[in-house]
Amino acid sequence: MTITRSHTGPIAEPTVPVLYRLADVSKTYTQKKRVVKPLVGVDLVIPRGEFVTIQGPTGGGKSTLLQLLGALDRPTSGRLTLGDTDLAEASNSALGTARAREIGFVFQGFNLIPTLTATENVDMGLEPLGLTAAERRSRVTDALSHVGLADRGDHRPGELSGGQQQRVAIARAIAKRPRVLLADEPTGNLDESMRDEILDLLQTLNEDGLTLVVVTHDSAVARRATRRLRLEKGTIRDITR
Amino acid sequence: MYFTYLRRELSGRTKQTVIVSAGLAIAIALVIIVNALTAGVRDAQTQALESVYGVGTDLTVAGAQQEPDERDDSRFEFDQDGGATADDGSTTLAQSQLRTEMGRGTLAAATISTISAIGGVSSATGALSLTNSTFSGELPQTTDGGTSTEGEAGTPPADGDQQGGGGFGGGSFDVESFTVLGVDPAVQAVGPLSSVTASEGRALDTGDAGQNVAVLDATYATTNDLAVGGTVDVGGTTMEIVGIVSSSSSDTDTASNIYIPLDVAQSLAGVGDVVSTVYVQATSADGIATVRDEIETALPDATVSSQSDLASTVSGSLSSATSLITSLGTWLSILVLAVAVVLAVLFTMSGVSRRTREFGTLKAIGWSNGRVIGQIAGESMVQGLIGGAIGLAIGLGGILAINVIAPTISSATAATEAGTSGRPGAGGPGFASAAQTATDITLSAPLTPWVLVAAVGLAVSAGLVAGAFGGWRAARLSPAEALRSVA
Repeated sequence: MTITRSHTGPIAEPTVPVLYRLADVSKTYTQKKRVVKPLVGVDLVIPRGEFVTIQGPTGGGKSTLLQLLGALDRPTSGRLTLGDTDLAEASNSALGTARAREIGFVFQGFNLIPTLTATENVDMGLEPLGLTAAERRSRVTDALSHVGLADRGDHRPGELSGGQQQRVAIARAIAKRPRVLLADEPTGNLDESMRDEILDLLQTLNEDGLTLVVVTHDSAVARRATRRLRLEKGTIRDITR
Repeated sequence: MYFTYLRRELSGRTKQTVIVSAGLAIAIALVIIVNALTAGVRDAQTQALESVYGVGTDLTVAGAQQEPDERDDSRFEFDQDGGATADDGSTTLAQSQLRTEMGRGTLAAATISTISAIGGVSSATGALSLTNSTFSGELPQTTDGGTSTEGEAGTPPADGDQQGGGGFGGGSFDVESFTVLGVDPAVQAVGPLSSVTASEGRALDTGDAGQNVAVLDATYATTNDLAVGGTVDVGGTTMEIVGIVSSSSSDTDTASNIYIPLDVAQSLAGVGDVVSTVYVQATSADGIATVRDEIETALPDATVSSQSDLASTVSGSLSSATSLITSLGTWLSILVLAVAVVLAVLFTMSGVSRRTREFGTLKAIGWSNGRVIGQIAGESMVQGLIGGAIGLAIGLGGILAINVIAPTISSATAATEAGTSGRPGAGGPGFASAAQTATDITLSAPLTPWVLVAAVGLAVSAGLVAGAFGGWRAARLSPAEALRSVA
């Protein structure tokens, strides 16, 4: 269950534990001497276990919102919490810890390291956790199995299809066992069949209890979501029917 | 994972790794070779100086240079009994003269005591540099019926032990000269005797004072067919040859043709109780400057020279080699090293720019700044170490090649302008300006452990500098901006 509002009005508390809570969040930055306001007074609550998609026109603030949710950036004003952590006030180190332990990222361009194998790429996501080598090996194997690439662990990204690369990226994100998986146009570089593969995988992960927040232009992705949001001119509204 | 990532990145970016490592390798090899050559040239210079001034001599003290009108011009003088006149009217002449070095004043022997009394002086000894010139020949009857009773020796060639032949009006004569060094037989630790060893017979010892004994340079003895047990004429006095000596260093010559006791030399030359040069050894290297100052205060008219001054008297190809290596070699090393470091820095920073998405992704998945910087620094360091290892190998190869080839360079030690009159002039009377000796020295490139440490240090430093710049750039990279910029 997702609760959103525009600038004013009460926020109804969800009945399930809250993962993200945004209160009057705004973001302003300067780009080429122009002040840009991609987010203006956004209020949003995302409970655990939800599959949320964020749609909207290019430049509407989707990626900015995803970066705030991903602890990659801080809001200019407002309050943003992930569980008990106030991401708006957290130190760089605390943001880094949140990214390392609680948030998984999947990017449109996969962002795998080309010189490393699939296994090693997945392992890179576990690097900051300080796990034992055995635990890391076990998690990497599990994650690759989960995305159906157990037999491709020694392949480098260049030796894999786009869909397989995205699956490796998903394995890297889930190997750390995060509380939320944030995906920015995860099917943007894939053909239709590969897109469906990835969507099936994401849906399975959500059904297993993982919270998903996916930025997309693709209505096919949005149709799989339990909650659909639209971000336009810095403000957000719920378009779930 | 750290090393796996590092290895994969370096092997995956072979071109960059090769260029950076090769640049550093060349620079480090140059540094190693230039340093070894510099040490070799310095050793050669020391050998050249030791052959003349003796092992362990820190300072030399010599008499002031004389003005031209003070000089006792070299000339042979023959009186009525100076030769025998034959029936055909020609006159046979033979005369041997022992003279001090031209144009250079002497010091009273008491100077040695004065210097020895100065604090910081470990040892001091004096030597009297002499040149023995022998005129022998036959002069024809002069047209006016008289006999030439006075003749100038002329200007013989300017190298060491020379024989000058001449003739005029049907006469003929030879001028032969050799160098003689009067040394204190009781002092072996400093001065000319410290750099010679007896190859036959014995060296001079304390009991030789006042005795007509001589020790000959091995080369001079061989050239003149002289041996232990024989005799040699010095200043008209027959001296018994008690030993043949050669330089302690196999690469250099000794300082004189003949060594005789100091008191005998003073007596034969008729110069009184004087010495040409006092050789001084300081108690410590740190005290040399102080000792020098005190000597200059105590003996204002004397010329005091340190090893660095003495080094400036070394000329010939050794001097050229020194100049070449210390100036061109050093600057070339610095230049190449600087270029290599700049190259490494630029490649590293360019690499960080190219890998913006990669580092942004790593930060997004939780890598700390320190971990990213550590990765970049590690890659740069390994590139530096690869360059260092290759440079070390090339450098050692270069040193080995130099030592195998063992090039010979010549050196000459001048004793005229720098006030270093400690060595006997090699020319005879009239040859004062040619008071120098040529020595061929085998150039080696000694390997010192600190060069190895320095090579590794330079490689690591270069890697660190490059890594620091790259890391600084990566640290400034905001993950959000990094991902936005490549989206």
